[in-house]
Amino acid sequence: MKIVIVGHVDHGKSTLIGRLLLDTDSLPEGKMAELKRISKELGRDAELAYLADQLKEEREREMTIDTTQTFFRTARRDYAIIDAPGHVEFIRNMLTGATQAEEAVLIVDVKAGLEEQTRRHAYLLGLLGIKEVIAVINKMDLAGYDRESFERVKSGLSGFLKGAGLSPSRTIPVSARNGDNISKRSSAMRWYKGASLLEALDSLKPKETAERKPMRFPVQDVYDISGEKIAVGKVLSGRIRQGQEVKVLPSMAPARIKAIKVFGKTLKSASSGANIGIVLDEGSLARRGEVIAEVPDLPQPKNRFKADLFWMSEEPLRLGKNFVFRCATQEAACVAERIERRMNSSTLEIIEDSSSELRLNEAAAVHFRTERPVVLEDFDFIEELGRFVIEAGKVPQGAGIITS
Amino acid sequence: MDYLDSLEQKTVYIVREAYSRFRNIALLWSIGKDSTTLLWICRKAFFGKIPFPVVHIDTGFKFKEIYAFRDEYARTWGLDLVISRNKKALEEGMCPDKGKMECCNALKTDALKKTLKEKGFKALLLAIRRDEHGIRAKERYFSPRTADFTWDYQHQPPELWDFYKTQAGTEEHIRIHPMLHWTEADIWRYIEREKMPVVSLYFAKNGKRYRSIGCQPCCASVDSRADTIAKIVRELERTKIAERSGRAQDKEDSYTMQKLRSLGYM
Ligand SMILES: Nc1nc2c(ncn2[C@@H]2O[C@H](COP(=O)(O)OP(=O)(O)O)[C@@H](O)[C@H]2O)c(=O)[nH]1
Repeated sequence: MKIVIVGHVDHGKSTLIGRLLLDTDSLPEGKMAELKRISKELGRDAELAYLADQLKEEREREMTIDTTQTFFRTARRDYAIIDAPGHVEFIRNMLTGATQAEEAVLIVDVKAGLEEQTRRHAYLLGLLGIKEVIAVINKMDLAGYDRESFERVKSGLSGFLKGAGLSPSRTIPVSARNGDNISKRSSAMRWYKGASLLEALDSLKPKETAERKPMRFPVQDVYDISGEKIAVGKVLSGRIRQGQEVKVLPSMAPARIKAIKVFGKTLKSASSGANIGIVLDEGSLARRGEVIAEVPDLPQPKNRFKADLFWMSEEPLRLGKNFVFRCATQEAACVAERIERRMNSSTLEIIEDSSSELRLNEAAAVHFRTERPVVLEDFDFIEELGRFVIEAGKVPQGAGIITS
Repeated sequence: MDYLDSLEQKTVYIVREAYSRFRNIALLWSIGKDSTTLLWICRKAFFGKIPFPVVHIDTGFKFKEIYAFRDEYARTWGLDLVISRNKKALEEGMCPDKGKMECCNALKTDALKKTLKEKGFKALLLAIRRDEHGIRAKERYFSPRTADFTWDYQHQPPELWDFYKTQAGTEEHIRIHPMLHWTEADIWRYIEREKMPVVSLYFAKNGKRYRSIGCQPCCASVDSRADTIAKIVRELERTKIAERSGRAQDKEDSYTMQKLRSLGYM
């Protein structure tokens, strides 16, 4: 299971990761010695955070710049932890980490409380579709393991999260440095009756697959294998079957699945998550960017849609300016026609109800028009056809989810 | 779909994405277990025939078992094999005794630069994994490199969901890492499941085996009695010794790897 750890800089993400590795016995031999030696070179005590912060600059500047991944294992399953930087300049790296994760842990320093990036990260998790988070209130040792301080931060946090559309499944008081409530419940906080962090992680259920949804297959490429045209791609949802009646969107051309192929085999059917090749009946064609969908449950291709968008580029989004829209394997030129509810993604304060631009680290409800029709779904229905990025010069400038 | 399938399927998606964006692409095959696994998955992704060249960076110092394996499977799998060598440096006597960093730089990085230029490759598939080394945990799946191969790890473009970087024209080539999400143990479990061939050096002989293979002078074996794939899997589930601990470069100095990487090392 992939989890991302987010939170404001210095609230203890890296320390928490180091602690998880240590407590699950996941450190390779010699790592502890390397850590001690490096810390001595830099004139500091060995700190767990250095395990996660591998880059030299990070050691010297004492903060996480990029997203990293580390692995640990409990009796129940394997985890990859994604550490996302908590500094505002590195929000793009935080997003890189967060969009790879299935679940999130939000860390808050009990003494500092909710800070700018705590709120922004929480908001972004909700915007990008991670609706459930485990909240950990860290550095409880510095607050004398005091219940009241914990409850104060907890209630502030849950109020904010609700506003951002998130629900914390659990809020856990911890000390990452001392290991309280990480792998087992701490005797320093007997007033806390809930799960430790590892227990909470182990009790998370993996996301349901999209197998019961209608079939969607965006074409990734077309290969010519011994004279036969094979359209390859990943089944996003549902089940694709030999003989199935489908339409090729957005043109709505009818077709039939003649064969489903993987190397060395022909399959009768394949379900969501499988990367396969298909052959269509004689006379039918499909190209990259087209979406093969099951009849009758078809989405209506459109060239206007509304989305919740987060902007992560120094160059603002402006009305009427050209960008590239990417969704699954689709790409189309696009422009923003209306920008509504432009807001600060940390305070969630509305800057303008209607605006002509959207700037770095702001979010808004944006109406887009694409140059040609595209195939979209509600994010809550079929995620991968409901999320998108906006690019300029082949670099993502914004990311969002389709709302209508 | 089980765990190994999900790792494999993600790799298939990335490899196909890479080929769809860059027709002038190549795969770097070190003949080690990771790049051989990548090669194996590429054969599946492209229905048995890999539609682009496979590059072996040959320093001339590789184990003889590596050359034998390369030649045998290049034939069996019908690969378009390109051998990349820095002939000039070798003639001038470059070897690990001249300094490990210098040697790696000349015989690997410079050789690759030359081949890239000659063949005009715009993208390279590499089998690095996040769990290999701390610095590699920072890698993206699609990672742009400048003409002198530098990796600007401080200003990497964001990579959201599975929207990968395509060429902008300003970068010299893009490195693509379809195996980033695999761990060493995953690789071995997969090799076991697929009954994939691997170089015999990985299996213990007289109480020693190699966990990582490359140039003979710079690779040390580890104590092990694992002489089958199943035993290697079991050994890895228990071990705490870092995989690359047999590699000379990593021992010298804690920043060597970061230096090598930002200079373009694989
Ligand atoms: N007393 C105490 N200090 C902590 C704890 N967790 C982290 N710290 C310290 O807080 C500072 C920032 O931690 P770090 O993990 O680098 O934060 P990051 O920026 O969120 O990754 C470091 O000096 C840590 O040693 C904790 O549980 N208790």
